[in-house]
Amino acid sequence: MSRKYETIIGLEVHVQLATESKIFCNCSTDFGAEPNKHTCPVCLGLPGTLPVLNKKVVDYAIMAGLALNCNINSYSKFDRKNYFYPDLPKAYQISQSDYPICENGYIEIDTEEGTKKIGITRIHMEEDAGKLVHEGSIDQATASLVDYNRTGIPLIEIVSAPDIRTPSEARAYLTQLKQILQYIGVSDCNMEEGSLRCDANVSIRPVGQKEFGTKTELKNMNSFRAVERALEYEVERQRKILEEGGEIIQETRTWDESLNKTISMRTKEEAADYRYFPDPNLPPLNVDRDWVERIKSSLPELPREKRERFVREYALPEYDAGVLTDSRELADYFEACVKEYSDAKAVSNWIMGDFLRLLKEENLEIAEVKMTPAHLSGMLKLMDEGVISSKIAKTVFEEMFKTGKAPEQIVEEKGLKQISDAGQLEEIVLKVIEANPSVVEDIKSGKDKAIGFLVGQVMKETRGKANPGMVNQIIREKIESL
Amino acid sequence: MELCDLTIHELREKLENKEVTAADVLDSFLRRIEAVEEKVKAYVTITADEARERISSDLQGSLAGIPLALKDNISTEGIRTTCSSKMLENYIPPYNATVVEKLNEEGAVILGKTNLDEFAMGGTTGFSAFHETRNPWNLEHVPGGSSGGSAAAVAAGEAAAALGTDTGGSIRQPAAFCGLVGLKPTYGTVSRYGLLAYANSLDQIGPITRDVEDAALLLNVITGHDPKDSTSVQMEQADYTAFLKEDLAGMRIALPKEYYELDYNPEVKESVLAAVKKMEAEGAVVEEVSIPSIEHSVAVYYILATGEASSNLACYDGVRFGYRSKTAGNVAEMFRNTRSEAFGEEVKRRILFGTYILSAEAYEDYYVKAQKVRTLLIKEIEDVFKNYDLIVTPTTPETAFKAGAITDPLESYKMDAFTVPVNLAGIPAITIPCGFSSANLPIGIQIMGPRFGEGKLIQAAYSLEKILQLGNKRPELEVR
Repeated sequence: MSRKYETIIGLEVHVQLATESKIFCNCSTDFGAEPNKHTCPVCLGLPGTLPVLNKKVVDYAIMAGLALNCNINSYSKFDRKNYFYPDLPKAYQISQSDYPICENGYIEIDTEEGTKKIGITRIHMEEDAGKLVHEGSIDQATASLVDYNRTGIPLIEIVSAPDIRTPSEARAYLTQLKQILQYIGVSDCNMEEGSLRCDANVSIRPVGQKEFGTKTELKNMNSFRAVERALEYEVERQRKILEEGGEIIQETRTWDESLNKTISMRTKEEAADYRYFPDPNLPPLNVDRDWVERIKSSLPELPREKRERFVREYALPEYDAGVLTDSRELADYFEACVKEYSDAKAVSNWIMGDFLRLLKEENLEIAEVKMTPAHLSGMLKLMDEGVISSKIAKTVFEEMFKTGKAPEQIVEEKGLKQISDAGQLEEIVLKVIEANPSVVEDIKSGKDKAIGFLVGQVMKETRGKANPGMVNQIIREKIESL
Repeated sequence: MELCDLTIHELREKLENKEVTAADVLDSFLRRIEAVEEKVKAYVTITADEARERISSDLQGSLAGIPLALKDNISTEGIRTTCSSKMLENYIPPYNATVVEKLNEEGAVILGKTNLDEFAMGGTTGFSAFHETRNPWNLEHVPGGSSGGSAAAVAAGEAAAALGTDTGGSIRQPAAFCGLVGLKPTYGTVSRYGLLAYANSLDQIGPITRDVEDAALLLNVITGHDPKDSTSVQMEQADYTAFLKEDLAGMRIALPKEYYELDYNPEVKESVLAAVKKMEAEGAVVEEVSIPSIEHSVAVYYILATGEASSNLACYDGVRFGYRSKTAGNVAEMFRNTRSEAFGEEVKRRILFGTYILSAEAYEDYYVKAQKVRTLLIKEIEDVFKNYDLIVTPTTPETAFKAGAITDPLESYKMDAFTVPVNLAGIPAITIPCGFSSANLPIGIQIMGPRFGEGKLIQAAYSLEKILQLGNKRPELEVR
C-alpha cells in the first residue's frame, strides 16, 4: 500500500456458541448428524410454534461481552430480520437489531508498533440458518435439498469498530478474538465446520482525509489467511481505481479462493430491506447486575493476563509465555507440571520442544495426551537425581507420551538407569583403553580432545547409560596411572 | 330441545347422572350436523370417526364426553389444519396446540375444525378459500368472523361450544352476530403455542359458548402458564366458576362517550343502553368516561396487525409444507408463484400493506407511530380502570349483515371499531346477547375488564344474563 492512502477495515464475525441445545428449542447442536435429524416443529418453523430463549445462550453472550471488555446492556430485545430463502424456515431470522446485548468493548492486539486497541462496537445474539445441499455439483443437480440441522444453532455476531488499518492487523484481531473465545469456552471457533465466519468491510481514503471512503463488503473467506489475502487484494483493487480517477461502488464482493480475487455479488441498490421489527413472540430481555456479576466471577483468566502472569510469576521469556498460553489447555498443562517441579524454564523447554512436536506428529489434542503433568515433572526429577541422563530422558519422554506409563516404570522396564557405579564403569573403561592403544598414545602426547572419542566408546558400550562425568574422570585417572 | 341444543353444564349434569351416555350426546350432535351442515357450512373438516373412537374409551375430566369444535387455525396432530387457505389445504401438523392438549386431558371430544376467514383475516367468514359459512339465525346473513365457523357451529347445535381466536374481535363479533357468549381472555393467559399466527402481539384463543357458565368452564381448562409460549404469564390457576354469582351491587361501569356519540345502528345502541339501565337498577354505578385515543384504534390495529402478519405469513413459501406452485423454474419463482396462487385476495392485501408498513421508508411514520398510540391508549384505558371495574360498549355497530353486502375493505374494517381496543390493550372482554333486532338478529353487548379481570367480567356478564333471560333462545333453522 502506497503512503498516499490509508486503509480502513471493520470485521463482522459470526461465532456459533457451544451450547448443547439450540437457541429457541431443545434440539441438539451436534455437528455432522444425518440431515434433518436435529429438528423439531419449532426450529422447522412449523405454523403456530413459538420460540423460547435458551438461557445458556445469554450466559455465553455475556461471557463473550465481558471477555471483550463490553458493557452488558440491562435491556436488550429480539427483532425479526425478514427475507426469503429456503434455508430460513420462518422466512425471518430472529436477531437483535437496535438493542444488542453487549456494546462498546475492545480487543488488544500486538502490532509492530506495539499494543493496539481495536474497538468492538457491539455483540448481538441470533439464530443460524440451515444449509442447502446438492447431489453432485451445484450446476448439475436437478434440485436443492435443505438440511435444517444447523437452523437455530445460537450465534453471536461480533462487530468491530473501523479501527483496523492493515490486512495483517485484521488477521491479528481474528487470531486474538478466536483465542479469547476459545479460552472462555463459548465456542470452538472451528472455521472448517463453520463455527466461526468472518465478513469484512474495507475502504481506503487519502492520508489526512477525515471522511471514510466508499466501502465494499467482503464475504466467503474460509480461513484467517483468506481474510488477509482478500483484504490485500481488495485494498489494491480500490487503490488502482482511485488512482485511475475512478469511483468505488458500494457493493458486496465474494472472495474466490481459486482465482485469488474478489468478485462483485450485489450492489447497494440490490441490497434487501430486511424490515426489522421487534419479535412479538419474545419479551424484551432484562439482564440484572447479579446475572452479570455471576458470569464475571465464573470467567477464567484471559490469554493476555495469563501471558503477563507467566512472565512475572515463572520468570519466563516473553516468547515462552506466548507459546505456553496459546491455548488454555496448554497453559494448564504447564502449570500442573510447575506445581510439582519448580524449574519453570526446564518445564517450558520440554513443553515447547518435544511435547509440541509429538502433539503435532501424532495429531492430538492436549486432552488426548496420555502423559500426565506428574509424569513430566517426575522425569525431570529423575534427571536431577542422576538416575537418567538428558540423552536417555529424550527416550523416556517419547515413551511416556506414547504409552502414558510413569517414567520410573519405563526406566525400570527398559533398563535405562544411568550407570554410576564406579567399579562397573572402571571395567568398561579398561576394556576401551585396551582396545584403543593409539588413541591412548595421542592423549598421553597431549591431544586432550581425543578423550572424547574414548568417552563415546564407553557410552556406546553402555548404550548411553553411563554417567558421562564419571566416565570422563575415570579415563583420565586410568591413563595417568598407565 | 335435543341434547345438541344444551349447554356444556347441562350436558355434564345429564352425563354425570347417567341419564345419557357420551354416545347419546355424540349421536345427537352428529345427527344435527348431518341435518344442517349443508346449509350452515360451519366446518372445514368433520372428525366424526375420531370422535366415535374417542368416546369408546372411558373419558375423564371436566369436559368428559362434551363435543366441541376448534377453529381451523389451531394446530391438531394428525388432523389437517388449513386456516381456510388453499396454502394449507393438505397440511397435517405433527403436533397439538397447547389448548388442544388441555381439552384432551379434560376428556373433550373434538367434532371437527371450523371455517374462518383465510388466516383469520376478515369479519364474515366469506374469505375462506373453501366455502362461505352462513348465520344460523338467517342463512342469507353472515355469521361474522373470522371465527364464523365456530360461532355458527355452536349456534346451530353442531357443537356444544367451540374455541375461536381473537386478534381484533374475531371471537366477539361472530359470537354477537350468532347470539352467543364469546370471551377474549387477557393477553398471556391462554397459550398461543399451536395457534397459527395472524398477529402475535394481539392474538388470543378463547371460548364461544351458549352461556356465561360454559365460558367460565372452558376458561378454567384453557388458561394457565405454558413454558412453550414466552408471552404466557406466570399465574395461579384460577377457578372462574367461583365468579358465577348474581351481584352487580356497587359495580362501577364506564361508558366511553366516544362510542355512544358515534352514528351506527340505533337498534344496537338502544338495546345496549337498555341492558345498561337494567344493570344500574341492580345496583351498578354507571358513568360516562372519555378515552380520547380510542378513535385511532382501527388505524393502529391495521398497521400493527398487518405488519406482524406480513412477517408471520412469510413462512408459507412452498419449501417445507403446504401448497407449492408447479409452474416455477427457480427458487425465486417458486416463492412468488406459490404465494400468488395460494393466498386469497384479502390475505394478499394485508401482506402487501404490512410489508409496506415495515419497510425502511414507512417504518417510523407508521409502525413506530402506531406503537406510540397503542401505548397511549393502554394508559388511557388503565386510567379508566383506576376508577371503574368495567367498560361497557356494544360489541358491533351493526347486527349480522347480508352476505356480500359489504365489499369495500375500509367499510368492513370500521366494523371492528368496538372490539380492537381490547386487543391493543391486552385486556379481557366478553360479549353476551342483550337483545334482538326487528329482523330477529342477535345484538351483543361487550363488557371489558382490566388485565386479569376475567373474574369480575364473568360475574357482571352472568348477572346480566340472568336479568335478561335470553339464554334459551335458539335459531329456527328451517330444516328442523
